[in-house]
Amino acid sequence: MSTTPSVAEDPARYAQFEARIAADQSIEPKDWMPERYRSQLVRMMSQHAHSEVVGMLPEGNWITRAPSLRRKMILLAKVQDEAGHGLYIYCGTETLGVDRQELVQQLLDGKAKYSSIFNYPTLTWADIGAIGWLVDGAAIVNQTMLAKASYGPYARAMVRICKEENFHKRQGYEIMTTLARGTAAQKAMAQDALNRWWWPSLMMFGPHDSASSNSDELMKWGIKRKSNDELRQRFINLTIAQVKAIDLTVPDPDLRYDDATGNWIAGPIDWDEFWRVVKGNGPCNSERIGARRSAHAEGRWVRDAAVAFAEKQRSNNRETAERQQ
Amino acid sequence: MTPNSPERSWPLWEVFTQGRDGEPHQHAGSVHATDAEHALQNARDVYARRNEAVNLWVVPSAAITASTPEDMGPFFDPANDKAYRHPQFYKVPKGVKVF
Ligand SMILES: [Fe+2]
Ligand SMILES: [Fe+2]
Repeated sequence: MSTTPSVAEDPARYAQFEARIAADQSIEPKDWMPERYRSQLVRMMSQHAHSEVVGMLPEGNWITRAPSLRRKMILLAKVQDEAGHGLYIYCGTETLGVDRQELVQQLLDGKAKYSSIFNYPTLTWADIGAIGWLVDGAAIVNQTMLAKASYGPYARAMVRICKEENFHKRQGYEIMTTLARGTAAQKAMAQDALNRWWWPSLMMFGPHDSASSNSDELMKWGIKRKSNDELRQRFINLTIAQVKAIDLTVPDPDLRYDDATGNWIAGPIDWDEFWRVVKGNGPCNSERIGARRSAHAEGRWVRDAAVAFAEKQRSNNRETAERQQ
Repeated sequence: MTPNSPERSWPLWEVFTQGRDGEPHQHAGSVHATDAEHALQNARDVYARRNEAVNLWVVPSAAITASTPEDMGPFFDPANDKAYRHPQFYKVPKGVKVF
């Protein structure tokens, strides 16, 4: 990954920018920044925003079938939070001069990337537990780091999001705990969900550091503060104790505790599966985009009505003003 | 307005939240909305789902004038050499312990 084009932009300003990054200063929308810094942020933030939005779909699938009113209200609130997260981050990308509409269109056109984890199906109620616990748990590890990102609007959106994520993780773990302590069939359902979500959750942190093309640049510019592998390790270490506490097991025969480092070392990750899903061939890729498209199309009349209503209000106000003159 | 006509973005509004009575309003983020009332409703849904606000302001983003980062030095410069605006500038006789 070369940064030469940026240096060519203006060596003095580039040096100043790097000095500010080195001094841990926050970069704000109107500050000068290398074009490459801006485009990397737009890429990363829009993918992140899309992930929040698409992330609503696997869980939305269970809102009508939640096992109690309490669980239904919780799940509704969680899914609504994810919509909010999408909005916080889209709003962050707009400070970089990108129009939200453009990004939404890219998602609808199937041109945008989002986290591959949301291309897996939610087959049972236990999957809702596993998602809150593992997927939101992994997101917390990632987003806690991003709350210190060098770009101010992104970091501030992350601070806001992190405050809300703990509830997401807790409610998921509570579902898993309840099932794991229930009947044999319920416990088996929890174990099955853990089996299916464990590896995709580890993949959420992205390829190994040695195979991650963007990482070096993102870390050099303080957008990321920790590498994919460091974050993944942190997540594994945090989660294994939680798995044991509810008497389940992770589907990894090679998992071992390393005394020297205090780390839980996972077996090899199936990167072929990862790339298959990233490239669009996961179990639900087309279903997710299809659901987004129809939701967007079916919501059109609501958006049109809002525009028409505002227009009518404006013309009413104008008439009243004229009459009073 | 046919379903196939292109959609234009709704105007952008900056949102300021007052966390508690007596506190100042703070910038929270932005929302898109068709008019001010709609912006308030969206701001409530996006930025105040957990009692983060007792009061909201929404301002059309285009209506905000900000100083530029380049101004950082010269614009605020008049404040730099006036140490006498701070209490530490003044000496108090030794015997006076509490002032
Ligand atoms: Fe989220
Ligand atoms: Fe979440």
